[in-house]
Amino acid sequence: MDRWEWSESDIFDKPGESFVCQQAVVSLYDGEDKSTFVHGLLTLTTHRLQWKDPKNRSRILSLPLSLVVFLEQEAAGFSKSAKIVVHLNSADSNKPAGPNRQSRYNYIKLSFKQSGEREFFRELSEQLQQKRWQQSLPPAQRVVATGRHRGIMGIERSIQQKQKATDSNITQSFQDLSKLIEKAKEMVALSKTIATKIKDKQGDITEDETVKFKSYLLSMGIPNPVTRETHGTGDKYNTELAKELSKALMNPLKESGGIMTLTDVYCRVNRARGMELLSPEDLINACEMLEILRLPVRLKTFDSGVMVLQLQSHDEEQIIKDTTKTVEENQSMTSEELSQNAGISVILAKERLLLTEKVGGVCRDESVEGLRFYPNLFLTKCS
Amino acid sequence: MHRRGHGIGAINKKTLAQAKYKDKGTEIAADQLSQMAKQMEAFKGYLEDFASKHKDQIKKDPEFRVAFQEMCSTIGVDPLASSKGFWAEMLGVGDFYYELGVQVIEVCIATSHRNGGLIDIEELRSRLLASRGKKSQDISVDDLLRAIKKLKVLGNGFTVLPIGTTYLVQSIPGELSMDHTSVLQQAESNGFITKTELMSQLKWEDERASRALNFMVKEGLAWVDDQGKERQFWFPSFFPYLKSANNS
Repeated sequence: MDRWEWSESDIFDKPGESFVCQQAVVSLYDGEDKSTFVHGLLTLTTHRLQWKDPKNRSRILSLPLSLVVFLEQEAAGFSKSAKIVVHLNSADSNKPAGPNRQSRYNYIKLSFKQSGEREFFRELSEQLQQKRWQQSLPPAQRVVATGRHRGIMGIERSIQQKQKATDSNITQSFQDLSKLIEKAKEMVALSKTIATKIKDKQGDITEDETVKFKSYLLSMGIPNPVTRETHGTGDKYNTELAKELSKALMNPLKESGGIMTLTDVYCRVNRARGMELLSPEDLINACEMLEILRLPVRLKTFDSGVMVLQLQSHDEEQIIKDTTKTVEENQSMTSEELSQNAGISVILAKERLLLTEKVGGVCRDESVEGLRFYPNLFLTKCS
Repeated sequence: MHRRGHGIGAINKKTLAQAKYKDKGTEIAADQLSQMAKQMEAFKGYLEDFASKHKDQIKKDPEFRVAFQEMCSTIGVDPLASSKGFWAEMLGVGDFYYELGVQVIEVCIATSHRNGGLIDIEELRSRLLASRGKKSQDISVDDLLRAIKKLKVLGNGFTVLPIGTTYLVQSIPGELSMDHTSVLQQAESNGFITKTELMSQLKWEDERASRALNFMVKEGLAWVDDQGKERQFWFPSFFPYLKSANNS
């Protein structure tokens, strides 16, 4: 243990030093004796081994790889962790202070409680072969860092540096989920800058119309989707879901003329919910609650079996009133004409006229030229 | 008295220099754009990766979920990336087919402004694969049919029509289709129209035109005249206008 030295920080400060690999929950042995340095984070760099106490962050040890003579592996046993035996040269007399002044042994052991010893052994052997600590790096990198360049070269270089920084920022943030969560805001901002810059120069992030549409739908996000976890099962869940539907679909419904098939709804809602997927059955159950809750969006099933959601302004009374008025204004109408006039499909127009006829709002004239509807003068003029 | 920077020579030199700067400028800009595109690709790859690997963890953290969705939206990545797995394959359970259903509808809506809600299943498949991202599993036509079958409870608005050996997916039902109105508009001037005219004027596919015309015949809105070279579809509702146009 006398070859280890205390380390100020865990920054790799030697020129040309870089990170190689890491293993958690590693204990150190002084020869055959267990030391007080247990369950720490062992890091291998090109220049040294470093051990860090997870509980006390300033308790950091390092061991230069130049002292290592050779390695051995000890397999794990029944109640024994796998170990790497590291045989060492004696240290320089002027080495920085370490935890032990003296040791009876000329070797240490690294005990791997959570395995990973094979990979570590392989990496360590490779570093010992490469002896990167012996190569002194040309000090060229320093010059760039001073960064006092003028003219086009300077501009180009500074752009390059920025790009490199962004690149490494992205790679680091996406190393694992916890890092990404930490940097989420920054990454959201970065993604937006990149997207805007590309849009400025190219017009759009992609040519693919589906991807564009997907982006659009995703941007309508529902921040706190109703889930079974948050709202339980049964009626409460369906009720809350119905409210969510009504709120989220208000604008899309208005944009698409007040009516939308249930399949479209299924797609839009699920996109807005992101990863909280809704099953078609869940959707139907929630839609059936819309009327009971008197929400402004309603479920309607056509005779053909087509199911739609529509705005409440599309309710029957309003439709009858509007249709009667339109027919009066035009003196007479066929379903084709109403379809063009109201911007709805021919089938829907016919349905509206038939509905209005049923309550006496209009009268039919059926001839070889088709079905034509007139204002109901029997009702308005005769009385 | 030799002053520099005057005279035609100097002006020429200056223009030349400016042109060179401009060239360099565009070069740098192009370079930057390609770098940006690369970063975008990297971003995309990572997001796709995370969406499939860490789905459950992402769902657990509400704040992060919002951030993740925002990133997916700006970069254009699909957050739904379940893989098929054993149970989906055998029993059709799990999120896989539901997610596929969402993606299928999405492709149909995105392309409907062009095809009127009729899409060939092979085209649907290739578009879907493109939008799911590079890392996703391969999707077969059979998978698509299964996914669409699961949408059956949502009514008859979304149907698969077998056409010969292949399939056509119809995402806009007659109630919401404006195709018939478009046919009427095209036929208005003459009172009749043929399928070929319809296809060339509106840039419609054969299948789309046939479906619209046949529907209108069935509904009694159009009459068929087989005396000409090609079948003509006459619309009796336009007869009064034609009569008055002829008389005047």
